[in-house]
Amino acid sequence: MQNNFQPALTEAVYYILLSLLHPLHGYGIMQNAEQLSGGRVRLAAGTLYGALNTLLEKGWISALPEEKDSRKKEYIITETGKTVLKAEISRLTSLAETGQRIMDMEQEDNEK
Amino acid sequence: MRTVIRKWFWAWEMDKEEAWLAECAAKGLSLVAVDFCKYTFEETAPGAYQVRLEMLPESPRHPESRKYLEFLEETGAEYIGYVNRWVYVRRKSELGAFDLFSDLSSRAKHLGRILSLLRVLMIFNAGAGIYNLCIGIGFPSTVNIVCGCISLAVMGLLLYGYRKVDKVQKALKREQQVFE
Repeated sequence: MQNNFQPALTEAVYYILLSLLHPLHGYGIMQNAEQLSGGRVRLAAGTLYGALNTLLEKGWISALPEEKDSRKKEYIITETGKTVLKAEISRLTSLAETGQRIMDMEQEDNEK
Repeated sequence: MRTVIRKWFWAWEMDKEEAWLAECAAKGLSLVAVDFCKYTFEETAPGAYQVRLEMLPESPRHPESRKYLEFLEETGAEYIGYVNRWVYVRRKSELGAFDLFSDLSSRAKHLGRILSLLRVLMIFNAGAGIYNLCIGIGFPSTVNIVCGCISLAVMGLLLYGYRKVDKVQKALKREQQVFE
């Protein structure tokens, strides 16, 4: 039997995948994640390096061929990575909607 | 002008060592070289750099470690040097807050490396201690008894450090159940 269970992504992985919809190198990912999250998410280099290696192993991202005269390696999200990202966005949307519905119901009950 | 300070930190005192290096940096002493118990500083503007240290899974000369250090340099960090498997890196404060780990799991994983090292050292010292005590009592030999006692005392010290790091790692793992 196929197991379709996919655990929730960590915030770091979520922002890395989002950042890699366009090719970026390590420092670019760090800056982009911080910008996308309004300064809330700061990816540290050690954490980012571990996450990038894990994502490469999973085939969710791939490394682009290195350009001449450039030491910086760039990465991009793969089709598998995009599928995972879409699933996560759908999970987060459902999570937020459920939370909001319950909180609204609770507020209505309190007002009665 | 360069200043050399000789100081000892235990393997489980990483936070204390980083805090001391930050204190030095705040006074305008930026770390430029490291050796066993030896820190070389250069005078810079106070707080110009932030220093971090990390115990790598392999020797810093290993190709995987080299790749990692190159990656850190890509992100604006400067590799200072290493002592055993500990590497020291710094980054200009003007580039923003500098940390090597930003989530609970990578912090816990790093502590796991320190715990593995302490486990090996404890086993070695326990073995050496018991062996020397057995020889010392059997023959008898005062030298072996003294060596055995020293090894067991070192093992006790390592156990103290192990428990401190283990406590922090367990706390991080508990947090992980809630926050990640």
